[in-house]
Amino acid sequence: MKTLKYIFAILILSISFVSCSDDDNDTPVEVSPVEGLNKIYEFSEADHSVEIYSEKTGLEVGYNEVSIRIKDMASNKYVTNAAPTWMPMMHMETMSHSAPHTMLSNSEESTVYKGYIVFQMASNGTEYWEVMLNYNLNGQAIEEAMAVSVAQPADGLNKTQVFTGSDNTRYILAYVNPKDPKVAINDLQAVLYKMETMMSFPVVENFKITVDPRMPGMGNHTSPNNQDLIYNAATKIYNGKLSLTMTGYWKINLKLMNESGEVLKGEDVTELNPESSLYFEIEF
Amino acid sequence: MKLSQSVFPMRVILMGYLLCALLCGTLTSQLYAQEIPADSLKLIHLNEVIVISASKQLDHQKQRKPLSTLDEFLESSLSVNMVKRGAYAWEPTMNDMASERLAVTIDGMQIFGACTDKMDPITSYVDVSNLSEAQIGSGQQGAAFGNTIGGGINLKLDKSNFKPTGWTSSLESAYESNNKMRVFGGELNYSDEKFYLNTDAIYRKAYNYYAGGDKEVLFSQFEKYNFSINSGYKLAEDKSISATLIYDEANDVGYPALTMDVSLARAVIGSVSFNQDTLLGNFTNWESKLYYNNIKHTMDDTKRPDVLIHMDMPGWSETAGFYSQLNFNKEKNHFFFKLDGFYNKSYAEMTMYPTNSNEPLMFMLTWPDVRTKDVGFYAEDHISFEKSSLKLSTRLAYHSNTVADDFGLNSLKIFYPEMDKTNTRFLKSFSAQYHKMLNDFHLNGGLSYGERAPSVSEGYGFYLFNSFDNHDYIGDPDLNTESSADANISVIYKKPTFEITAGANYFHIFNYIIGVVDNSLSTMTIGADGVKIYTNLDYAQLFNASLSGRYNISNAFKLSANVSYHRGVDNESENLPLISPLSYTSALDFYKNQYSASLSVDGAGEQINYNPAYGETKTAAYATLSASFGKRFFINKNDLFVKTGIENILDTNYSSYTDWNNIPRMGRNLYLTISYSIN
Repeated sequence: MKTLKYIFAILILSISFVSCSDDDNDTPVEVSPVEGLNKIYEFSEADHSVEIYSEKTGLEVGYNEVSIRIKDMASNKYVTNAAPTWMPMMHMETMSHSAPHTMLSNSEESTVYKGYIVFQMASNGTEYWEVMLNYNLNGQAIEEAMAVSVAQPADGLNKTQVFTGSDNTRYILAYVNPKDPKVAINDLQAVLYKMETMMSFPVVENFKITVDPRMPGMGNHTSPNNQDLIYNAATKIYNGKLSLTMTGYWKINLKLMNESGEVLKGEDVTELNPESSLYFEIEF
Repeated sequence: MKLSQSVFPMRVILMGYLLCALLCGTLTSQLYAQEIPADSLKLIHLNEVIVISASKQLDHQKQRKPLSTLDEFLESSLSVNMVKRGAYAWEPTMNDMASERLAVTIDGMQIFGACTDKMDPITSYVDVSNLSEAQIGSGQQGAAFGNTIGGGINLKLDKSNFKPTGWTSSLESAYESNNKMRVFGGELNYSDEKFYLNTDAIYRKAYNYYAGGDKEVLFSQFEKYNFSINSGYKLAEDKSISATLIYDEANDVGYPALTMDVSLARAVIGSVSFNQDTLLGNFTNWESKLYYNNIKHTMDDTKRPDVLIHMDMPGWSETAGFYSQLNFNKEKNHFFFKLDGFYNKSYAEMTMYPTNSNEPLMFMLTWPDVRTKDVGFYAEDHISFEKSSLKLSTRLAYHSNTVADDFGLNSLKIFYPEMDKTNTRFLKSFSAQYHKMLNDFHLNGGLSYGERAPSVSEGYGFYLFNSFDNHDYIGDPDLNTESSADANISVIYKKPTFEITAGANYFHIFNYIIGVVDNSLSTMTIGADGVKIYTNLDYAQLFNASLSGRYNISNAFKLSANVSYHRGVDNESENLPLISPLSYTSALDFYKNQYSASLSVDGAGEQINYNPAYGETKTAAYATLSASFGKRFFINKNDLFVKTGIENILDTNYSSYTDWNNIPRMGRNLYLTISYSIN
């Protein structure tokens, strides 16, 4: 009886496989360039509107990939020659500062301008974030100040570190990937910036960040075959490997070293020192 | 994914059925009336056969302790030792080699335990009520049952086999004082020349046992029951079909030597066979069997005090297989051929509950759904000469392992980034065994070579905690095939009143698989001392020697004694773990006029050759004394048999080298067995 059931199941499965492939051949589906993203803001003007997308449901402290589309109401089309630039600004009670961010680029999709911002702090009742957006529309230069709210990550996990290194420089280190960690060797990515002035956050190149994932809930054990985060000049992102041997809460202990190997922040994990002062947290 | 897991074995079974049906259809037309030749199993020339059957009254009397656990029966064998993690589910070892180096089968069926920590050797899934005998073959003499290095054990099920006995039944009960174990069993059988049906059930319940000096061994309780049904039907004079179903379940099993107990160990074992006396005229005893078994094993730490991290550790093992075997006799040559195959899937997981309940559960696959396929061909030729005989045998097998679960594959790839999903091997075994009679002397000598694939744990285990050496173990999918060249020799001097046997064997094992510490790795289990990776040592050497004697003092009194020596070293002459020290047994048995009695001594010398690196400590010498007394009564046509005995009379507090973490063995124990059979 059981066998029969399985045979039927296989038959049905094989039929559905066949039908799937038929569909694919006949009608290729056009995928929206913002498929899978959430539209988190839309700013409408008289003749155009600006749409802001994120993978998350809102902007959060840390690394945020942002996609922007500008729609021309007259043609009802998304513009491809807006050449936008942006500048995130934090307005505090006594001062203002910016945040690390990339340029906006539409090299992947001509209608979608992509970039990322690393927000160092959340907005609150008196301190707020604004993104100044400059772009061209039909030969006209437009400047728009868009107020956005930035929240602490809902999971409460620390994935962004703002700290002063032993070289008295202020650094911002933010976790990028894996967004969906697995029990496997994960590709680990992070971005590192330093704060030159309130408005200038250049990428820090050619430093090294050691990686030591630990499980505090299970004897603080680590995993093998992790690889230090190394700078990639092409992507301007630090790449490494993160081995996670089981699901659960992991603390990824980090140590930041400059080009000459001097430790700027973070400590080795030992029996006496269970954690580094520089770390990321993940849960899955 | 779940679907495809179950589909393959089903498909194998189906194909097997089809093949069988085809063969039956095309071959059965040629019928030849021929006498049934000698039992095929006799040709395997086993080193030892332990009679277990409770239904054979005559054997009953010779057993010192009927209704003891199967583990105790096997322990009574000269060639088998049992590794004990508690009072239940002992692990058989032969020639100082355990499960992974042995082929242990039930009625020829391959079954694999579902516990990553070897808490359920397959011998724990049957009971004495099911079995007629345990057939034991040392080294490659066990290759008929599967790929092996150390030997093979086949537990033969008890069947009426068309004997014209009609209805028979029996009831049995036993009580043991030390752990208040109660045993209730019964069987109901019908058999005639056309049809037989055997049913039996047994229930055992034991509480904590007390070691010598009245010291309670906590968490040594167990409860188990077992049912089985066997049936056969004659399709024609020379053709029959038979089927077997065994259900075995153990609950609340304590493992005092381990950190966890077991809440459920369950096996469903089933088979159908087709038997035909002759095939194509020249072949005889053609037997084909299809089988399937499913095991679930759940560990439990909820009753233990001071558990740092509560864990769930369930495991599953499912096996489908077949074999088809026949004999062929031509002049002096007695051939035996067997084609067998199985498909096993082993899956085990571990979920750890963090102290901070806000954190997500910690989950890992400890056995990553490993699918093992094995197809083998076994052939032997037993050539009889005037006063000597030669047995040649070979097994050739195709063996493959595949990691079917991606989660598990990715987990292992953390350690072995380049590993393949599938690993395929070709396993070979060859053996030549020569026997010569010189007056009262029997000389036996043999040379053989055998190979085995790594076990699921050795190849794919993921953070398996071993409480013996207090290390986490990680498998290595790229392990080499382990192989063994062995030689054995024995001399028997046989006179009507006495018999002396001296025997020795030597195994040179290449690529010996054992855990080796990797200091670069961090222990997962809290409190563990380190992590070991299963590794091939260049070689290891094992040597076993034994001397045994039997003397019939009179018709009623018989004296027997056995002493054995074992040695095992690795390629750096370091001691291997779990190698027996010098051990001995001696017994005086009496049997006359339905009375039986025995007095026996068991003991071992100090364990001089032990290895602390494997968690061993020196086990002290010990000796225990036991006695039994039995009487058989006839009531009308029925049969009442009462046996009582006392084990460890002096209440010695001791542990042997086989006791995991040196947990002490049972102290003084009185037992009483009553069996009543209605004929």
